[in-house]
This record gives sequence, C-alpha cells and structure tokens, in this order.
Amino acid sequence: MTDLDAFRTETRAWLEENCPPEVRGPMASEADTIWGGRDAVFATPGHRLWLERMGARGWTAPEWPREYGGGGLSREEAKVLASELRRIKAQPALASFGVWMLGPALLAFGTEEQKKRFLPEIVRGEIRWCQGYSEPGAGSDLASIQTKAEDRGDHWIVNGQKIWTSYADKADWIFCLVRTDPEAPKHLGISFVLFDMKTPGVTTRPITLISGKSPFCETFFDDVRVEKENLVGTLNRGWDVAKYLLAHERTMIGAMGEVGAGRPLHQTALETIGADAEGRLDDPMLRARIAELEIDAAAFRLAMERAGDQMKAKQAHPAIASMLKYYGSELNKRRHELRMAAGGIDALEWEGERSHGGAAARDWLRTKANSIEGGTSEIQLNIIAKHLLQLPGA
Amino acid sequence: MPLILTEEQTMLQDAADGFLAEHAPLDHLRKLRDDRDPDGLSRDLWRGFGEMGFAGVLIPEAHGGLGLGAVEAGVIAESLGRSLTPSPFMGSAILSAKVLSDGGSEVQQAWLPRIAAGEAVLSLAIDEGAKHAPSRITARAERSGNGFRLNGAKALVLDGHIADALIVAARAEEGITLFLVDPKTDGVAVERTVMVDAHNAARVTLTDVEVDADAVIGAVGGGEALLNPALALGRACAASTLTGAGDQAFKITLEYLRTRKQFGRLIGEFQALQHRAAHLYTELALARAATLAALQAIDAGRDDADLAASVAKAKAGRAAELAVQEAVQMHGGVGMTDAFDVGLYMKRVRVLNELLGDAQFHTERLARSQGF
Repeated sequence: MTDLDAFRTETRAWLEENCPPEVRGPMASEADTIWGGRDAVFATPGHRLWLERMGARGWTAPEWPREYGGGGLSREEAKVLASELRRIKAQPALASFGVWMLGPALLAFGTEEQKKRFLPEIVRGEIRWCQGYSEPGAGSDLASIQTKAEDRGDHWIVNGQKIWTSYADKADWIFCLVRTDPEAPKHLGISFVLFDMKTPGVTTRPITLISGKSPFCETFFDDVRVEKENLVGTLNRGWDVAKYLLAHERTMIGAMGEVGAGRPLHQTALETIGADAEGRLDDPMLRARIAELEIDAAAFRLAMERAGDQMKAKQAHPAIASMLKYYGSELNKRRHELRMAAGGIDALEWEGERSHGGAAARDWLRTKANSIEGGTSEIQLNIIAKHLLQLPGA
Repeated sequence: MPLILTEEQTMLQDAADGFLAEHAPLDHLRKLRDDRDPDGLSRDLWRGFGEMGFAGVLIPEAHGGLGLGAVEAGVIAESLGRSLTPSPFMGSAILSAKVLSDGGSEVQQAWLPRIAAGEAVLSLAIDEGAKHAPSRITARAERSGNGFRLNGAKALVLDGHIADALIVAARAEEGITLFLVDPKTDGVAVERTVMVDAHNAARVTLTDVEVDADAVIGAVGGGEALLNPALALGRACAASTLTGAGDQAFKITLEYLRTRKQFGRLIGEFQALQHRAAHLYTELALARAATLAALQAIDAGRDDADLAASVAKAKAGRAAELAVQEAVQMHGGVGMTDAFDVGLYMKRVRVLNELLGDAQFHTERLARSQGF
C-alpha cells in the first residue's frame, strides 16, 4: 500500500466518523453555506460541528502550512481528501474569502507576524473577511480606485467608498485597496491594507439584487483609522497583491462551475418531466442540452485540476486563472438556465417552504453576477488575449 | 497522478514532433494526395516509426515493443494530429495491437513484433453503417465445418486496402466475436476509400468467407470484452489527435492574427477576434485536460476510464471542430484555398470526429451512464 493509499484509508475512516449526517448531500439552499465569523449562523448543529472539526484539522485550508493552522497536505493528498469528500457528498465545511482570496495573498506577501495572526483564525472560520476592491467609478477599470489613505505617521486615515462588497454587512474584517500616492500613475499609487469592520467610520448599506437578496453592499469609509502594521506587501505596490489575489478569486469563482453543481440536473428533470420506456428523460432536446453541459462540466473539472497541477509544477502562467474564471462562470450560468428549464413551473416560486424560499429562482438569478464579479468575462478574455496569446495591442 | 506529462513523456513528445517535422511535414501529405499514391501512406515512414519505437509503443517488450502506456500512445497520436501524417498508427499500433496483446493466441501474437517494427499493417473492421455503432454489429459468423463462415460488410477500415490482416467483428450465436482474417481469403473484397482528408480507409465485404476456428481471437462470444478496452484506448488516442490538430490550426491562426494587416492595423488588435481566439484557447485547454485524464485513467485501470474516454472524445471533437472553423474564417479567403494549410486541418478533424464515435455518440453515452 502506498502512502497515498494509506492516507485515503485514514481519511475515509476519519470522515466516516466526523462528518455529521446533516452536511451530507446537496445543500437545500444558500442557508446551508457555512461562512463562519464572529457572529456565525449555522443551519443545524451538525453544520457547526463540521466547521469545528474540519477547522481544527486544518482541512478547511488543506494545503496551507501547519504552522499557520492549515492541513499541511501535499497536492496529491489534498486531491485524495477532495475526492473522499465528494464520495460522501459532504458540503463544504467553510465558505471563506479568507481561505480563497486573502490567505494565498498573505502567504505570498504577508509578514511572519501577519501570517501568524490572521491565517489560523481564517482556517478555523473565526473571522469572516470581505473584499474592498470595486468602487462606483472603478469596476472593470479597477486600478482607477479613488478611496484615499492619508499618512498620519503610525497610521492612515482612510476616506472613500467601495461597492459590490460581498457580505460587507456580515464581515468582521476587510482587505481593501486604497490610494496612498495620488500623484503616481494609477497602478503605482495603490496599497493593500487590512482593518476591522467595527472601526469607527465604517458603514455598510446592503444593495438589493434581482434575486431579492443582498449579498453585496455599498461600504463607506469616513475618517477610518488603519494601523500601518496592517499594510500587506510594499507601500504603493498594492496592485501586485491585488492582482495575485484576483487570480485566486477568479479560480474560486470559476470553481462555482463545479461546486455550484449541487444536485444533478437530470434528477430534477426526471422528477418533473419523467422518463420514456427506455429510461431516457422524456424531453429529448432538454436531455441533449443537459448531456452536453455535463460533458463540458466534466472537462472543466479536469481543466481546473490540471491548472492546479501546472501551478504546483511551476508550468502555469498566472493568467490561466482568467481562463478558469471565464469558463466556470459561464458554465454555471448555463447550468442554472437548464436548472430552471428542468424545474419548470416549480422553479418559478419565489417564497414559501416548498421551494425553500424560492431557492432555485434566486440561485439562478445570483449566477448572473458570476460573469461580472471578479472581473467580467470580457475582461478575462482580454487578459487571455494579452497574456496567454500575446495578441497585438491587447 | 498530476494531470501533466512526466519528463519522459515530454521527451517522447519532443521526439515524435521532431521526427514528424523532419520526415513528414504537411508537404508529405500533399504529395501522397497529389501523386494519387497507391498506398496512400509511406511504408518507409511506417518502418521509421518502427525504428523510433513509436509503432510498438503499446506492444509488450516481450513482443518487440516499448511496453509503454496509453499516455505515451496518446502523445504520439497528438503529434500525428499536428502533422496530419497518414499512418497505420491508429489501426495497427493502437487498435489491433491492443486487441492482439490482450486476447491473441501465441500464433496471432506473432503479428505484434511485425507491427512494432513498422513492417505489418493490421486493421480493425467494426463499423458497418454510416455511423459508429459497435452495439449494432450485424456481420454474421455461423459455425461451418471446423470453423466459421463470415458474412457482412464493413466500413471505415483504416488503411484496410493495404492491410496484411484484418480483425473482423462479427456476431456469432454466442455474441460478438473477433476473427483474424487474411484479406486474400476467398470471399473477402476490399475497396479502397479515399477520404476527404486524403487519408485512407476501406470498405470490406465478406461473402461466405470460411475461416478456421483458430482465427477466433480470444473466446467465441468474447468480442466485446476485447473490443471495449481497445475502443476506449482508440477513442482517447483519437481525442489526442483531435487536440493536436485543433491546437496546430489554432497556432497557425494566431500567427496570422499577429501578422495580417487590414485598415492599417494588425487584425489581432481587433477585440472581436481577440475574444473569439481567447474562447477557443479555453475550449482547447479543456479538451487537453479531458484527454490526458482519459489516457491516465486507462493506464491506471480505473473503472471510469471508458467514460473518461467518451468525455475526452466528445470534448476534443467539439473543440477541434471550433478550432478549424475559426481558422478558416479568421484567415478569410486564403483559408478557403487548397494551397493554404488550414483547410487540411478542417478535413482531418471532420474524419477524426467520425472515427470511433462522434461528439453526439459520446454525449449520448454519458447521458445513459448517468441514468437519464
């Protein structure tokens, strides 16, 4: 038995014992998502237990070093863990911008003190982070941000406004792009800072979206004090950190194309439409569209895996994250269009128990943001054309 | 296992690319086509494949091959997609070699060293109608004397017009059975079919062909057990060839986007074309990942290898189809000319898509396997 086989056996046994029944099987709705944080809300006691157990083992961030609370797993071990989690249909133990975005940036750019302070509480899901990037005047053209940080010796005073800040009203801390040098060219005057959302002068206002939900906020900074020790990376070189983090964000959003899969589409369709005498979905056109999507989804999952392997082997251009983001978000939109078609009239309900509060329709509408947030599909295609294809003038 | 090539596999890829670039650039295909070459391929080149070890990549070392795996076979198949080289590689070195290695008798396995050396050409005769449908084989094998009497008509028998032996799938009372048939046997009629891509196949008609019992490969009725792994391997390798062909057509197109000027600008500066190129790049990357995953699954003997091959064939087929269409469109008029190369890729991709099941066939398979 190889070490990897042994690891699989141990992992399987541990999961069998420690994965609560409530978190096995597809999520019924968004409410099952485990976000953690100071004011964490859990759908069931099992969900709380699942986060605690996985967090204590570092398996909410399996490949991070153990010294910062991570699982310390190799890439191959992490794949085994992922496949074992898939096998028992376990829901994710933690959904976290800290794990997906800030953590990788801190590991690459943070000081030892910052890593020791912030990473373990991210792994355990104790602090929930939000991302202060976009502004009303800086969307696709992100480097145009205007939120300014004035130097006051040992701290900065931050003033400005962010928008589309995901879950800012529920977050404990923010990682934020601020302009520290208004004279420099736009990419060269930005710094990447961290601060507590409870700091005086921070206010948030949720934005109601077409889904009827408010995952995004407007966030206002009014003379907010930010300590200098909370600068990540070099002063005025925050754009490097921002881009590095964006690559991870894009991979994460792209991964929605896979994790957003949830309950197999064809199961829903078989229930609502039924099967013919040969057991085929009794709507040949919809069946064909679902099957084509599943081919693309399978190939996409493998492309994600390959990209991870290429990164590990240092064979990847960082811009492949844009490729995954582009394809994954478009795939997720396609999937939800088909989910609505498969659900038919049932998927139109907007409220009530039967539809889990209109989950299908609201999730469908939510996916429309996938190809906008973290850089639009068009921006990703621009990046691919410029950095991967070296097309002229791109 | 990481979804990237190992160092040895990358070296093999470089060797195959280098060999084909030197001995079989695109002009090699053009010359065979324009000369109406009677074989439709170069036997010297096939022997060169033997000397390089390519022809015996899958054949066990005991039979004179390299004894390597599906990934290595796929690497060579991909190179053949880039160079569009006509070669018995798929029919002989992959499909026939796999069937004979897995199920051949000692006498039948005597073909293996000859395939490995690039001396013999073998071919698999499974398809019958216009579409690949191995579950609907109608060719019949009836008991007759010591052996069997074969009747039926086969199509898309790769390079069958020059085959030294044919592996024929026919339905016996016990089920699908494979027979090793000498094409010179009475009742066997072989008609060369020159295809749109200037590669060759044959239509083979079997009329009361008498074969001995020892012509059976493996067990009577055991044909599917031998065919299925060979088909999975062939499909994954065809996906490799598709990926190679699509990739090369894309490379040629990118070069054109970087050099062709209109309206005083390089056409690659136009965002309408940039975005299409970026989308195509992404589709090809998915095809490559799915193909390598299928080849690795076959080597690992995984249960889902067969399905992985279907995902790869469907995805690579569609991605390559898009690549050649964009190649012609983005080249404009020049893309429509015979003198320019992208049309050759378009033709080859069409044939490869039909080979061993097209994207619809494999998408249907996926749907059934998932229970809908």
